[in-house]
Amino acid sequence: MQEPFDLALIWAFIIGFGIIMYVLMDGFDLGVGILFPFAPDEESRDIMMNSVAPVWDGNETWLVLGGAGLLAAFPLVYSIFLPALYIGVFLLVAGLIFRGVAFEFRFKARTSRYLWNWAFAGGSTVATFAQGAVVGAYIQGFNTADGVFVGGPFDWLTPFTLLTGVGMLAGYTLLGSTWLILKTEGELQAWAYRLTTPLLLAVLVIFGVISVWTPFVDDLVRERWFSNLSVIWILPAFTLFFAYQIFRSVRNRAEGMPFVATIGLFVTTYLGLLVSRWPYVVPPEYTLWDAASAYNSQLFLLLGLLFVIPIVLAYTAWTYWVFRGKVRADAGYH
Amino acid sequence: MELDPVFLSRIQFAFVVSFHAIFPVFTIGLASFIAVLEGLAFKTRNPVWMKLSTFWTKVFAVVFGMGVVSGIVMSFQFGTNWSNFAQASANFLGPMLSYEVLTAFFLEAAFLGVLLFGRDKVPPGAHLASAILVATGTFISAFWILAANSWMQTPAGVELRDGMFHVVSWSEAIFSPSFPFRFMHMALASFLTGSFVVAGVSAWYLLKGREVEANRKALSMCLWLILFIAPAQAVVGDFHGLSTLEHQPMKVAAMEGHWETSGDVPLLLFAIPDQENQTNHFEIGIPNLASLILTHDWNGEIKGLEEVAPEEQPPVAVVFWAFRIMVGIGMLMVVFALAGLFLRAGDRYWRTRWFLLGLRAMSIAPFLAVLTGWIVTETGRAPWLVYGLMTQAEAVTPSLTGGMALFSLIGYVVVYAMVFTAGVYYLMRVLFVGLEDPHAEDAVESDRPARPLSAAHVPFEIDDDAHGNPVNQGGH
Ligand code: HDD
Ligand code: HEM
Ligand code: HEM
Repeated sequence: MQEPFDLALIWAFIIGFGIIMYVLMDGFDLGVGILFPFAPDEESRDIMMNSVAPVWDGNETWLVLGGAGLLAAFPLVYSIFLPALYIGVFLLVAGLIFRGVAFEFRFKARTSRYLWNWAFAGGSTVATFAQGAVVGAYIQGFNTADGVFVGGPFDWLTPFTLLTGVGMLAGYTLLGSTWLILKTEGELQAWAYRLTTPLLLAVLVIFGVISVWTPFVDDLVRERWFSNLSVIWILPAFTLFFAYQIFRSVRNRAEGMPFVATIGLFVTTYLGLLVSRWPYVVPPEYTLWDAASAYNSQLFLLLGLLFVIPIVLAYTAWTYWVFRGKVRADAGYH
Repeated sequence: MELDPVFLSRIQFAFVVSFHAIFPVFTIGLASFIAVLEGLAFKTRNPVWMKLSTFWTKVFAVVFGMGVVSGIVMSFQFGTNWSNFAQASANFLGPMLSYEVLTAFFLEAAFLGVLLFGRDKVPPGAHLASAILVATGTFISAFWILAANSWMQTPAGVELRDGMFHVVSWSEAIFSPSFPFRFMHMALASFLTGSFVVAGVSAWYLLKGREVEANRKALSMCLWLILFIAPAQAVVGDFHGLSTLEHQPMKVAAMEGHWETSGDVPLLLFAIPDQENQTNHFEIGIPNLASLILTHDWNGEIKGLEEVAPEEQPPVAVVFWAFRIMVGIGMLMVVFALAGLFLRAGDRYWRTRWFLLGLRAMSIAPFLAVLTGWIVTETGRAPWLVYGLMTQAEAVTPSLTGGMALFSLIGYVVVYAMVFTAGVYYLMRVLFVGLEDPHAEDAVESDRPARPLSAAHVPFEIDDDAHGNPVNQGGH
């Protein structure tokens, strides 16, 4: 390669960063949505929704960045994943539509309120499941020829992707419940505490099954984990460490730690997934270098991005700071 | 019948993008209006401005929400239905859409949260700044997406190599020939949409004698704005048309229903274009006027649709009629602008019944103009997707079957029908409640006090506490 920098590599890190930002940030608000129907009472639901209402739009924007960023940096990924996941993408956006409008509509509704409760919960659940299935489909790989998807509409739907879908549901719910521990108090918080340990167990079991199954889905993954690279076993070790932290901090009724440790658990699992498939972005055929867009396009966007992302992170942090502290029902947002 | 994925994808794209488009044009205009109201409230401390701003922010919250969710659909449409196009144009389109996310969407989303929920959490100056930043974000967003679209209309600054467009000049590609006109035309369309909706709603309140002082102020503001931008829109539209004549002559021929290349072209007021026989029926026109407008010469020659094979012509009747509806509405807007000016004499503009009734009816006109305008633009470039370089048929996703396209099309129609119905219903409810003191809300909607924790209610003074009793939270 005669170019001075390996931009594709830099972009792989950026997109990887964008995806985990999305998973963590939209993860907790989707999780809150999944938990919605099980909340103790209607007032708790008000609080739950209020705890994410000012930030959900910003959180979801990371997904849009993921889509647009893939188109810009790795168009092949964009133009293979989306056709291959056609139905899954439809379910994902339909879910996001219903839960997105539910924020506004629910509070204006009177008799139809319960419908928007369901729209919020159902939309969050469907969108989360679809995301999990996408992860599974990625591990599984795609049927391609000459850079286009040539498989069928239901290739993505297998027992394995069903399991990753359920895993995502469990994971986001855990993020949601630990978020509620952080943002609420009293009865609702007590409820969230009670939920967290069983959810953690569910997550560990499902993630465990997925980890055992994954090497059988693909040879490369097996080789990666069982022959050459033993250092990567540090990742699952950390995952277990964070799981223990969640368990312990819930027992000690710590308020911030469960959420922080759940983030840790997600990050290490995510890194584990990335090393399994590196450097393939459209398994089993194309690496990140095959999928890259033109050098000057990657450069053009990179220059702006390096400048803008710190600003975005700064004002995003500011808005979280503005809405810091416990959310209460009687005070709304005052 | 064989299901054609190209045709179904076109219908689907036209449907989802048209659905999306009605929200941005309104939110772009309204965001600026709210920023101005917030500024006035901040400066003069006159509670009327605060009242107006609070009310319109509630409307804004609903419309913006629908704009966001329908926009998320759009960002995946390119990949799901037009993957060959996405792959081929990624080098340009990818950075445009990414810059839109980075410089506009994050800004809008973050400060929207503060605008809607933060009035009591941040100092007034920071709240005002949030309103301004949201408004700025909407324009930045329009900048990038229109750059993308204009490039598809009048591609520039790229080279086609190995099936992909490679950008050779970013400035030429971003500021492609039709971009300045399209951006201006769209910005003015957004302001017109915002001001006609606000004017229409204010007129309705005035007719009912509600909150006269505040609504009169809002109406007056809108009428001043309309007075300048309605005529400006016609002028910009004219320049837009001239640029289209230069770059996409067949689109203009379709707009004018002009089949044979000739001089002395009349401006057709009415006709029924007949694509099969390549002619018009029942023409009524003004002699030589089209030549004059388009070439600035009484006898000027204009290329007709016969220059290209019938398969390469856009659907003429659609373009022809959509164009007439848009321009007709534009003219009507100018009429209302002048009437408003005329009625200022004697301070009659807010008391004249026919004028207020007319404005109320005009509040949906800008949406019609915007949709028909886009139909002219997009249908008029058929069969091309990237004008002169890539056709719609080449662009479609190869693995897409007609059945799947039909499934998703029906799915989007069903989902949007539900969301749209509910959205309009709740917007109506916000409008019925109006600007009045929230105590009056209980009187208007007497069944039960609202549970007011959403955006639309936050800056409100009233909340009902856990026991359903109204408690005063003290807003301003
Ligand atoms: C002239 C303006 C304009 C046009 C032509 C479009 N949009 Fe749009 N879009 C906006 C102006 C806008 C906006 C004003 O920025 C919105 C409207 C409401 C909102 O929340 O932001 C928005 C929202 C919005 C969002 C959600 C942003 C978020 O998460 O906050 C996405 C992903 C898109 N749009 C994508 C698109 C795509 C792919 C389009 C082309 C087909 C498109 N928009 C046409
Ligand atoms: C009054 C006279 C008007 C004229 C002469 C005019 C002219 C035009 C022309 C020629 C186009 C097509 C350009 C192309 O495809 O290359 C266009 C598109 C469009 N028009 Fe108008 N227009 C007028 C009024 C309006 C009004 C009042 C609105 C909305 C409030 C509007 C909204 C639009 C939109 C949204 C488009 C599509 C986007 C674009 O290509 O700019 N127009 N107009
Ligand atoms: C937001 C306002 C817009 C509206 C109302 C609009 C409207 C339409 C309509 C009616 C069609 C169908 C044309 C036909 O098939 O006869 C269409 C097609 C299309 N437009 Fe737009 N458009 C808008 C903006 C954009 C933008 C910003 C882009 C690109 C960045 C874009 C890209 C496309 C594409 C890819 C198609 C599909 C191919 C086709 O059918 O021609 N549109 N649009």
